[in-house]
Amino acid sequence: MAEMNTQEYWRWPEYRHTVLDKDWHNSKIITAGVDVGSVGSKAVVMLDGELYAYSAMRTGGVSEATAVKVMNWAIEETGLKLDDLHYVVGTGYGRVNVPFAKRTITEIACHARGAHYIYGPTVRTVLDIGGQDCKAIRCDERGKVLSFLMNDKCAAGTGRGLEVFADLVSVPIQDLGKVSLSVDEEPQPVSNTCVIFAKAESLALLRQGWPKERVAAAYHAAMADRIVDLLMRVGVEKDFVVTGGVAKNAGVIERVERLLSIKSLKPNIDPILAGSLGAALFAKALYEKQIGLR
Amino acid sequence: MITAGIDVGAKSVKIVILKDGDVLEQAKTLVGFDVLKSAIGPFENALEKAGLSRNGIERVFATGMGREAVHDKPPINAEEVVSVVVADAKGAFHIVPTVKTVIDVGAEEGRGIKVGPAGIVKDFVINERCAAGAGTFVETMARALEVKVEDMGPLALKSTQTIPMNAQCCVFAESEVVTLIHSKVAKEDISRAIHDAIASRISSMVLRVGVEKDVVLIGGAALNPGFLPPLKKELNTEIIVPEYPEYVGALGTAIIASESEEG
Repeated sequence: MAEMNTQEYWRWPEYRHTVLDKDWHNSKIITAGVDVGSVGSKAVVMLDGELYAYSAMRTGGVSEATAVKVMNWAIEETGLKLDDLHYVVGTGYGRVNVPFAKRTITEIACHARGAHYIYGPTVRTVLDIGGQDCKAIRCDERGKVLSFLMNDKCAAGTGRGLEVFADLVSVPIQDLGKVSLSVDEEPQPVSNTCVIFAKAESLALLRQGWPKERVAAAYHAAMADRIVDLLMRVGVEKDFVVTGGVAKNAGVIERVERLLSIKSLKPNIDPILAGSLGAALFAKALYEKQIGLR
Repeated sequence: MITAGIDVGAKSVKIVILKDGDVLEQAKTLVGFDVLKSAIGPFENALEKAGLSRNGIERVFATGMGREAVHDKPPINAEEVVSVVVADAKGAFHIVPTVKTVIDVGAEEGRGIKVGPAGIVKDFVINERCAAGAGTFVETMARALEVKVEDMGPLALKSTQTIPMNAQCCVFAESEVVTLIHSKVAKEDISRAIHDAIASRISSMVLRVGVEKDVVLIGGAALNPGFLPPLKKELNTEIIVPEYPEYVGALGTAIIASESEEG
């Protein structure tokens, strides 16, 4: 009997990490940022403004429960308890649902701040591509937002669209970008206005006998077109960086870079954490203010 | 004079054969992999039923998203192509001479058309290729609800309460529908929410050209009984649905063919 293929290609792996050469007992200020996104939730713990522990998992049906889960997972191996955190800031789509957060700050501000931490003070344009929206943010040398534009009503050009596509072509989502870059020649992009139509077009191409790689290239090219449209409207100034889950998809990023003729800076820290890092940094500033240090 | 109009839509092909302003035959089929091939079947079918051959038709014009597939392509050999908006206005005017506003909701596009004297287009607006403003929206949601698409409308009419849908994108709405199913909301109410959502989307588009009576609703979505009540409510007007709303574009095309100058 043939086995049914039940693999869920859209499911990206969840993970956590602790920076082992650091000990929280020696730190003055312990802050955390929780970024409850529409698709993924991220938690970061910082010791005196330096990254210490983090986790990333899929957002479940109940945002509050996910917020608690992702935070507890981040501190799991550290010996820290929730009560040890001096200040927690919530951000992201579900930011109002972080029960232990003292404040919430918009993800736009957090992403700019987080990008500033990850990539340094030369960052002027941040492209954040998350599960349910795509944002183009202009910021100054302190990581402060100057202007932004976002697409939050349409799945085209977002991570959710990529998840739909991963299932369609049966390629694990973390491999999609690489697969899309393995074509010799770039095909015409599929429809870039709607994921439903892009999916239907991709299916038609597969039926015509196009290899997966080529269909993936057509899909990624359409995403890149749409993202670049958004970026052009806010204007792109160097240095240019990408954050959010789709920052890990080279198929999207390389095409965006090609269209813009600008290379993005490469991160040393997981760019999916930008929002939660920004939140944790804001938490530090807020805590310093609270105890009279600022 | 005998003319034919072929409307090659995103999902189906519609054909109308017209003699001196009266419909002789009409036929439709789903668009398959090969668009021209899909159109040939119902075209020859309609010809046969009318007792005609291709040579017996003075002019064949085509419209719709896929109109180029039959343009100058044998055996259909459509002589000219016309825009969907122009064909819609002409066809709606032929059926309802008092028409001032046409709303056309097809599988992949929604259109609002302001119609002037003699069925000319005064203004129009198109929701281009966003599934949330077209018939595909209901189809996609039907899949998520595990309900046959033709049952969606009747199901919505049985609903006893309105629930809002927040998502404006088909993909996001799909996730929202799944959440509603998990929260044990009745399928009837979810179906109504889906129809309310598409009606609100279409009405906000149509309001951009303005709504003036008489309002005529055409396109495949007009066959869905669940769509009409929320659309009437949103636009706060009576809406006329012709007997064969999906054929209006093809009809208008056949009329344009009959009115065109020789050559």
